[in-house]
Amino acid sequence: MRARVVVRLKRGILDPQGSAVKRALEGLGYREVRDLRVGKLLELELDGAASAQARGRLEEMCRRLLANPVTEDFTVEIVEEGTRPNLP
Amino acid sequence: MKFGVVIFPGTWSDCDFHYVIGEVLHQPVRYVWHRDTDLSEYDCVILPGGFSYGDYLRAGAVAGRSPVVGALGDFVARGGLVLGSCNGFQILCEATLLPGALMRNECLQYRCQSTHVVVENAELPFTRGLRPGQVLKLPISHGEGKYYADLETLRHLKARSQIVFRYCTEAGEVTKEANPNGSVENIAGVVNEEGTVLGLMPHPERAAEAAVGGTDGLLLFHSLIGSLVEDGSFLKR
Repeated sequence: MRARVVVRLKRGILDPQGSAVKRALEGLGYREVRDLRVGKLLELELDGAASAQARGRLEEMCRRLLANPVTEDFTVEIVEEGTRPNLP
Repeated sequence: MKFGVVIFPGTWSDCDFHYVIGEVLHQPVRYVWHRDTDLSEYDCVILPGGFSYGDYLRAGAVAGRSPVVGALGDFVARGGLVLGSCNGFQILCEATLLPGALMRNECLQYRCQSTHVVVENAELPFTRGLRPGQVLKLPISHGEGKYYADLETLRHLKARSQIVFRYCTEAGEVTKEANPNGSVENIAGVVNEEGTVLGLMPHPERAAEAAVGGTDGLLLFHSLIGSLVEDGSFLKR
């Protein structure tokens, strides 16, 4: 089973890295970018097929290590066995 | 009293702390490996600066879940003192032994420079040789030292005098210009509710000899040693 975890800075927390990337895009002429925030994508391969249980454990992993609850939010997505993560 | 200086893979201030405690202050000190969990022989455990485990994921994130940090909870409950500087502060926040978090510097630059901090709480084992309002000159060296805590946490910190140091000008004024990393309310160091776990971004161990630019860092060590001797806290365990 494959899963995908996205960790983002909480809304309202300043993201200077995102601002710098946005300014760099503007420098390349992409002036339509109104806001840009940088996050993290973690792809996991897991043993076992019971996705209901897996989700609970993945969320626990996020709370305990993958995300810092003070500054970050996370989303967990289960990508079923055999399929590849389809990144936006 | 005895100091333990923790080494994680990637720690870089371990030798400096060991040198200052052992050679400058002539106190007993030993290195503690990150897999060790028996801290019973120590009175004060130091988490030095560096890039523990490469600071992968987030600064201090992996170290914050390491065996030695897992043992700090019991160590503190038995009366032990913990001092985390720089990466050590990040690790203590990641381990939730201190509130808040350290984030990337607002300027996005790695800042290696001299700073001034003003003492707000001088009643801790780490600061009782200082006076409130005293200004210390201490170096910083970090890319992720912007202290963040939400408003509720800040209220708690203030109500319990847990803000120990703030970045300031040489004259002691807490200004935006004196804030090297964008920390909320210029916070440079905080302590836990019990006053036994201190985290700060500056490096007291790098301001311990006049030959390397200042000795204000020694004041923290002197406070610590004085506290341990005077109130016998190292005998409580």
